Amino acid sequence: MRYFLLIFGVAVVAVMAIAGRRYDDGGSPSRKPPIYIFPDMDRQLKLRPQEPNGFFANGTSSQLPVAGTIAQTKPIMVGNKAVYAFEDSPVNTGKVAGSTNFVEVNPLPITAELLKRGQQRYTISCAPCHGALADGNGITKKVGAMAVVANLHDQRIVGMTDGELFHVITHGRNLMGAYGPNVPTEDRWAIIAYLRALQLSRLGTLEDVPQELRATLK
Amino acid sequence: MSAIFPKWTNRLPLYIIIGVLLAGTAVTAGVWYYCTPKYTRVGYQPIQPVAFSHATHAGQLGIDCRYCHTGVEKSWFSNIPAASTCMNCHNQVLKDDPRLALVRESAASGKPIPWVQIHKLPDFAYFNHSVHVNRGISCVECHGRVDQMEEVVHAKPFSMAFCLECHRQPETKLRPLDKITDLAWQPESHAKQIEFGKRAMKDWKVESLQTCSACHR
Repeated sequence: MRYFLLIFGVAVVAVMAIAGRRYDDGGSPSRKPPIYIFPDMDRQLKLRPQEPNGFFANGTSSQLPVAGTIAQTKPIMVGNKAVYAFEDSPVNTGKVAGSTNFVEVNPLPITAELLKRGQQRYTISCAPCHGALADGNGITKKVGAMAVVANLHDQRIVGMTDGELFHVITHGRNLMGAYGPNVPTEDRWAIIAYLRALQLSRLGTLEDVPQELRATLK
Repeated sequence: MSAIFPKWTNRLPLYIIIGVLLAGTAVTAGVWYYCTPKYTRVGYQPIQPVAFSHATHAGQLGIDCRYCHTGVEKSWFSNIPAASTCMNCHNQVLKDDPRLALVRESAASGKPIPWVQIHKLPDFAYFNHSVHVNRGISCVECHGRVDQMEEVVHAKPFSMAFCLECHRQPETKLRPLDKITDLAWQPESHAKQIEFGKRAMKDWKVESLQTCSACHR
């Protein structure tokens, strides 16, 4: 019995020493991939996005579309008209159809909903550099990481047409990268609508405030 | 006959019972503690090809999750950003830093960075990111406090029991839609959470889905 207890004790201690504690129980993280006690059909021979995969020549599961391909998406509603992504329309290009001139104003109807969406998307994609107030004092400036960030209240930018702003967001300019691939078309127009509201907030005068509300301002 | 069976054999049945009980307890405890995703998955922290710190980017700098994971609200999977997204800032920030060599190379050549995937459901479970984040389930519920992780570590078990915990009572986890990527957000109180959750379930038509085909198809 003594020997049994000894062996038993040693075995328990050995298992605990080798296996260690669970991470949620104060154990340390592990570099080793998860253990599959019962692999079942956990991993199947199918493509999952953004995985290494030997099926295609370039070794990845997700393939880039052929150059010039336009993805099938839901049409954007401009008023009552459905505009598809492949159409030469100001919504898609920021330019007057059939020309290279930028459109003057946002083709989407400006609604409270659009501005709200614009605010949210501006905060996600633009504010890190341009700042919540669009004055170019985003977090990248604060940590001193980025040297040049445009102040969006500059006359140069306030004077741009909406179409040109759309073009800059989509394709980038100078040191700013292209945001077309990351921000969907509709959201880009929403951001422009919200940016115009931000610019207006700096350019406004007392005359713009309704008479009865003027007293509430300091 | 006493020469054949020594005296201690009288106690043999007792020894066997004690032995079996001890061994049984140890094996049960071992299986309970170790044979669970809480041990086999949680804590997985592979070495990534680029030492990207979520603690710096999402935590300290406060960049929204969706700046990089742009597809999470539209797609069933949450995309790893393209290297060009990194270069939006890193064309100026740490421009020549050797730690970012792979990122610059990837952005120039288009060859993906071989990130190691940490969070993986079994291939027969169909989780949809967009459905969850658009209806009040925060990233933190499944991924933990990524904004505090220097290196990402598998924080939650991702077992079926883990999914069902929430699917059985969604009201305990739903939060306002503008707080989805605010990983530090906490409800004011449990009662407030339940009240909000119940209302959100009605407004957003959130169902407590427990049928097999909700996740397995």
